Amino acid sequence: MTKLSSLRWSLPALLCTASVNATTMPLNMTKGVSDISMQVYNLHMTIFWICCAIGGVVFSLMFWSIFRHRKSRGVTPAQFHESTKVEIIWTSIPVVILILMAIPATKTLIAMEDTTEADITVLITGSQWKWHYEFLDHDVAYYSLLATPKEQINNRFNKEENYLLEVDRPLVIPTNKKVRFLMTSDDVIHSWWLPAFAIKKDANPGFINETWTRVEEPGIYRGQCAELCGKDHGFMPIVVIAKTPEDFAIWLAEEEKRNAEARAEEQELLAMNMSLEELMTVGERTYIGHCSACHQASGEGLPGIFPALKGSKMVQQDMAGHINMVLHGSSGTAMQAFAKQLSLKEIAAVITYERNAWGNNTGELVQAADVHAVLQGKGD
Amino acid sequence: MSVITESAVVDEHHDHKPKGIKRWLYTTNHKDIGSLYLIFSLIMFFIGGTMAMVIRLELFQPGLQFVEPHFFNQMTTVHGLVMVFGAVMPAFTGLANWMIPMMIGAPDMALPRMNNWSFWILPFAFLILLSSLFMPGGGPAFGWTFYAPLSSTYSSDSTALFVFSVHIMGISSIMGAINVIVTIFNMRAPTMTWMKMPMFVWTWLVTAFLLIMVMPVLAGAVTMVLTDKYFATSFFDAAGGGDPVLFQHIFWFFGHPEVYIMILPAFGIISSIVPAFSRKPLFGYASMVYATGSIALLSFLVWAHHMFTTGMPVFAELFFMYCTMLISVPTGVKVFNWVATMWRGAMTFEAPMMFAMAFIVLFTIGGFSGLMLAITPADFQYHDTYFVVAHFHYVLVTGAVFSIMAGAYYWLPKWTGFMYDEKLAQWHFWCSLISVNLLFFPMHFVGLAGMPRRIPDYALQFADFNALISVGGFLFGLSQLLFVWVVVKCARGGEKATAQVWEGAQGLEWEVPSPAPYHTFTTPPEVK
Repeated sequence: MTKLSSLRWSLPALLCTASVNATTMPLNMTKGVSDISMQVYNLHMTIFWICCAIGGVVFSLMFWSIFRHRKSRGVTPAQFHESTKVEIIWTSIPVVILILMAIPATKTLIAMEDTTEADITVLITGSQWKWHYEFLDHDVAYYSLLATPKEQINNRFNKEENYLLEVDRPLVIPTNKKVRFLMTSDDVIHSWWLPAFAIKKDANPGFINETWTRVEEPGIYRGQCAELCGKDHGFMPIVVIAKTPEDFAIWLAEEEKRNAEARAEEQELLAMNMSLEELMTVGERTYIGHCSACHQASGEGLPGIFPALKGSKMVQQDMAGHINMVLHGSSGTAMQAFAKQLSLKEIAAVITYERNAWGNNTGELVQAADVHAVLQGKGD
Repeated sequence: MSVITESAVVDEHHDHKPKGIKRWLYTTNHKDIGSLYLIFSLIMFFIGGTMAMVIRLELFQPGLQFVEPHFFNQMTTVHGLVMVFGAVMPAFTGLANWMIPMMIGAPDMALPRMNNWSFWILPFAFLILLSSLFMPGGGPAFGWTFYAPLSSTYSSDSTALFVFSVHIMGISSIMGAINVIVTIFNMRAPTMTWMKMPMFVWTWLVTAFLLIMVMPVLAGAVTMVLTDKYFATSFFDAAGGGDPVLFQHIFWFFGHPEVYIMILPAFGIISSIVPAFSRKPLFGYASMVYATGSIALLSFLVWAHHMFTTGMPVFAELFFMYCTMLISVPTGVKVFNWVATMWRGAMTFEAPMMFAMAFIVLFTIGGFSGLMLAITPADFQYHDTYFVVAHFHYVLVTGAVFSIMAGAYYWLPKWTGFMYDEKLAQWHFWCSLISVNLLFFPMHFVGLAGMPRRIPDYALQFADFNALISVGGFLFGLSQLLFVWVVVKCARGGEKATAQVWEGAQGLEWEVPSPAPYHTFTTPPEVK
């Protein structure tokens, strides 16, 4: 579990470079970029100052006692030990303060939960450990994965500015429109948190939650998964780009076009055979992006939790079973269904890669058509 | 009064005890069992603390340096479980075993054989839990709250061990609680009426009822996780007609009262210490009793404030917000009463008082952040960030743990018969106070700035603060070695303690000699 090899050089590094890459951190909650997030910020500051005021009074009285009512000053202790009047006062004043706090909190909460009359709806699906975004009114859907290279995480490369807060394909939304988010999950509970929108909502498997935002400023906003969702919980960032409605329309059209082209390419691919080198290259890239988090880059898995692919019986002998497993996952385990996440080409390539890497050496090639056949139920 | 107890000591027949290992294995004596609980708790405090050090070491710098994320999750999970069920709860049970019979004028706990069992199953529960860390796939890695389906469908094979160890911890707690209730109901000295009972006894009575009510709920939750994982039930699996959020409702119906189980006895300890060192009776005894009861009742109505982000109907969110805010009223009454007790007293500042005063200030800070967390719209921003980590560590470390330290120093001369080394104890206090704030206070800022909890690596902006927090953590850990030193030194000898160790101390426990005789009261004492 401990990586002793990295221990040697990281100890001196720890001592001298703790703050080398550090950027400045805000010391308070963000005001955010929506009307709601501003309301939440104001609410936060109001309660904060009320707490400070109460604390100031109580602690001053206490320190005054410590200072003045010390035995070393030769005082004789008073013997009073109750006063109904004072006790009623310090029960009722807090109640009044609480009511004053509850009023704005109630208003803001009711506004936050009003998801009606949305202009656009995005379905957000969490899975271990990626986000899937689907525009329900348009033909656009894609996965969003951590883009920070493993080398930065393992301290081999220098960390860049948005370390751990960058993704390959961010969610894009229009400004000045009411965007409704629906949230669900494929496996465990995740939580979609974007501080600048004051949104944090759990993605529960089998159920749908909803929330909304109206962003005023175009910009790039970053967040992270906020519910412990397993091993890579810390590596599940969220990036949202807010574009003006015009730019958003252009982006949407491009995405729809790209989707259509990908589908056409997929059809062509069914009639083609890819070479071993091509399959292995695409396969390795796909494996590192989608499979190595659990099965490890070495294919050895994590004993007792994620099975090894290296030397696995299924990988070496049962091709149909292997394709089925990658396509449909294994219910009741952490193995996801990749049929929707990856293209036929990527699935074919990654299976080929798994069957030939780490000394598995079956020499077998899997083509897109083979995967398609299993997907259509025609595989053996 | 003192005549009666003197005779108890002189009569050797009442002070015999078996020797060697058998004394501890077979013991039914409340003082021995109290000591066992306290020693066990201290060991667990260091084991859980070591795990916290692993966590802080990994978080010292951005990037992964020392442990894999999966092992990091095991550390956060087991750290939480060990500290809650292994350190804080047994420490309070140990204090209850030692002090409740002495405070109410009883010769022992009401059910001494069960008392032996409720302690001795605990080490086995933790042996099972800790050994699971060495299984293939590792120990529990789903947080101490073990939300399904991460803890059921997606967990490693050690989950069965986790479930069984939690069952055993729960059985131990329930047996301990039954013992406390029966003792307080049946064994009080005849003249000790309900409203003459010391606050520590009152708070423990209420705590024991909370334990009996919620521990079975926890047992139910872990059992459902067990059957979901191994016997194909679908309590928490939507595909089979279950609901993962149901798990959270069940868990927090246990979990919220549980946090009061870990703080009510602390209120009792502080309510004993503050009057003693202020040389003035506790202000508002009756309202303290009522406040304790109100907090306990309200604790059953607020569980869903841990779940505001799970997607509840807005009216449920409002209900749980209002109820949660309301808890600050009785809690505030307690703080005001302690301050009023100090007001115009004649205060001295021995170690127990120092810890008690630090408790009042720091627990109140934890209370303030708790009030902020109650405000639902703001909670969406705070939830599952380091702001929450700061909040509950202020309540549980500078709250519960500091009160236990205060109690240990307060009663140590009574247990051992010797005064502890005041100078060392003051060192322990100041080192703990400074380092604990260095450790937990910056977490508020890190949380507000947007760092989620339970992540093994973080964005670069959090680097400086995390380095600072880790340094605070290591210093706090080291400071606790001083505590061990003070305790060991005190147990081995020193200045003889008088019966009434502290000038202003009130209560039956101060009327028996120090050390307290093995069997305290042969005839019920008279309560003034």
